[in-house]
Amino acid sequence: MESASRYLEAQIRWRRLEIVFWLCTLLPFVAAPAYLQLASQIAITALFALSLDLILGYAGIVSLGHAAYFGVGAYTAGLLAKHGWGEPLSGLLISGILAGLTGYATSHIIVRFRHLALIMLTLGLGLLLYEAANSASWLTGGADGLQGVRIRPLLETFRFDLYGRTAYAYSLVVLLACFLISRRIIHSPFGLALRGIRENALRMPAIGAPSRAHLRKVYSIAAILAGVAGALLAQTTETVSLEVLSFGRSADVLVILILGGAGRLYGGLLGAILYMVARDQFSGMNPQYWYFWIGLLLVAVVMFLPNGILGGLAKFSQRKS
Amino acid sequence: MFASLAGVLFDGFAYGMLLFLLSVGLSVTLGMMNFVNLAHCSFAMIGGYVAVTLVNSFGWPFLASLPIAFLAAALVSIILERALYRRLYRATDLDQCLFTIGIVFISVAVAAYFYGTVQQPIGTPPYLRGSVQLMGMSFAAYRLFLIVTALAIAALLVYALEYTRFGAQVRAAVDNQRMARGLGIDVDRAFAVTFALGGGLAGLGGGLAIEMVGLDHAFAFTYLVYVLIVVAVGGLGSIGGSFAAAAVLGISDMAGKYYFPWLGAFLIYLVMVGILMWRPAGLFGKR
Repeated sequence: MESASRYLEAQIRWRRLEIVFWLCTLLPFVAAPAYLQLASQIAITALFALSLDLILGYAGIVSLGHAAYFGVGAYTAGLLAKHGWGEPLSGLLISGILAGLTGYATSHIIVRFRHLALIMLTLGLGLLLYEAANSASWLTGGADGLQGVRIRPLLETFRFDLYGRTAYAYSLVVLLACFLISRRIIHSPFGLALRGIRENALRMPAIGAPSRAHLRKVYSIAAILAGVAGALLAQTTETVSLEVLSFGRSADVLVILILGGAGRLYGGLLGAILYMVARDQFSGMNPQYWYFWIGLLLVAVVMFLPNGILGGLAKFSQRKS
Repeated sequence: MFASLAGVLFDGFAYGMLLFLLSVGLSVTLGMMNFVNLAHCSFAMIGGYVAVTLVNSFGWPFLASLPIAFLAAALVSIILERALYRRLYRATDLDQCLFTIGIVFISVAVAAYFYGTVQQPIGTPPYLRGSVQLMGMSFAAYRLFLIVTALAIAALLVYALEYTRFGAQVRAAVDNQRMARGLGIDVDRAFAVTFALGGGLAGLGGGLAIEMVGLDHAFAFTYLVYVLIVVAVGGLGSIGGSFAAAAVLGISDMAGKYYFPWLGAFLIYLVMVGILMWRPAGLFGKR
């Protein structure tokens, strides 16, 4: 028992590299003020990837429809602001809660399935929500997107400007807060139980762990984080389009997480930075050809870097020492 | 009302038969190796583009281009299987999904590069164009042709699977791969042949699909969802299941488009989620 708590304590200690990483996130304010909008997008994508990491990397739930919760969050925040509730922080909270409730409701379905049926169900539920939002154009604006979203200044003082200073600061603080929460969860006994379920789904219930309840819990938490990420996007861009619910968004975030390395907390963050910066650099390129490189990257990562960039780096540094 | 109902049933069934051709190979290979091949529709796309090129650029007759579409898709699928896929049989679902989605991305980009992003037209011979009068109702000749072809192929597949030595090996491998290996069946070889056959059938389906649903660079993505639904609902490794699921899906999709156009694709997703929740292994699945 004592060794277990000592293990957890050792895990939760902050490493020097982590502190350096978070200090580096402040760099865009001084080094690249012209790219603050992009930086804010990266922070939002990173939060979304982090939420997928909780269920995929730690609990082993493969999802091809994670954009559903992102979309619920985005539409909630957008609709609240459109109908007069433009205060960002409370909007963020409500969006997160609503996405979490959606996640909790669907988690009862999700935890009962594995393998192909699970993949198909997550895909199906995501597509279902997309079609529903598309049909309900009186509410969501359909294919034209949600118009007339007005967000009040953050804390009634910081206006969301064109350069994205407020947007990036806001997204970064929310990302850091959510990251701290996730980090705490992962290094708790509950987080260890999740990894146990991922490693062996049969043995965990056999040794008395309530594995379905655990999975439901982490799925709902991930849905809350995804909803918060969606709400951030809606609030910082002041628009919501159907794209937030699309299969493409679910697939992108999966690519980002796998590229960075799943099950490592920083994998999604690193993946988001690389992916978004690359996409910005190649934005002149036809999206068709952009996906050629993404496809090649996926094939290469699966073949040669099974644990993503972070996994490869960890292996490399282990071999050296 | 009755005539329109019969028309919807007929069109839906023809559409379902197309989905059957596209998905039957995936169903059998998935049942055999548990390999989640999301790139199955890329093989269909290869068949489609081969047919388009032969007919439009080389002036081949449409019917003659179909066997070539079959062969080309089969060839590409067997090359991919031998070179890449076989390394991933023991990998996790997630890795297989990601790898094959990567291949889909690549194939979509390559198709866009060579053929652009427009719908590809294809010249069908005159006797497949008009419609056929039967019992006071008219049926589109091409759809009739599609149904007959698919039924013939389904019959051939069932015969091959039930009554030949190779079919027995495939069935054994689907039922219990380890046991089949223990009995000295060369499962890898059987799988490679089945994979090529399935890819070829998808290619044939791709060639046949052009006239009915069109062909563009995104084909591999658009129909992936439909094919997965057929496989998941029909159950793995079951030809009969795929047939029934494809027919149901085709008809319900057509009926949905005809009677409830404002719902869009909502209906078929709902049907899929409902069936999967009720029977996770599919309607006819054993596991």
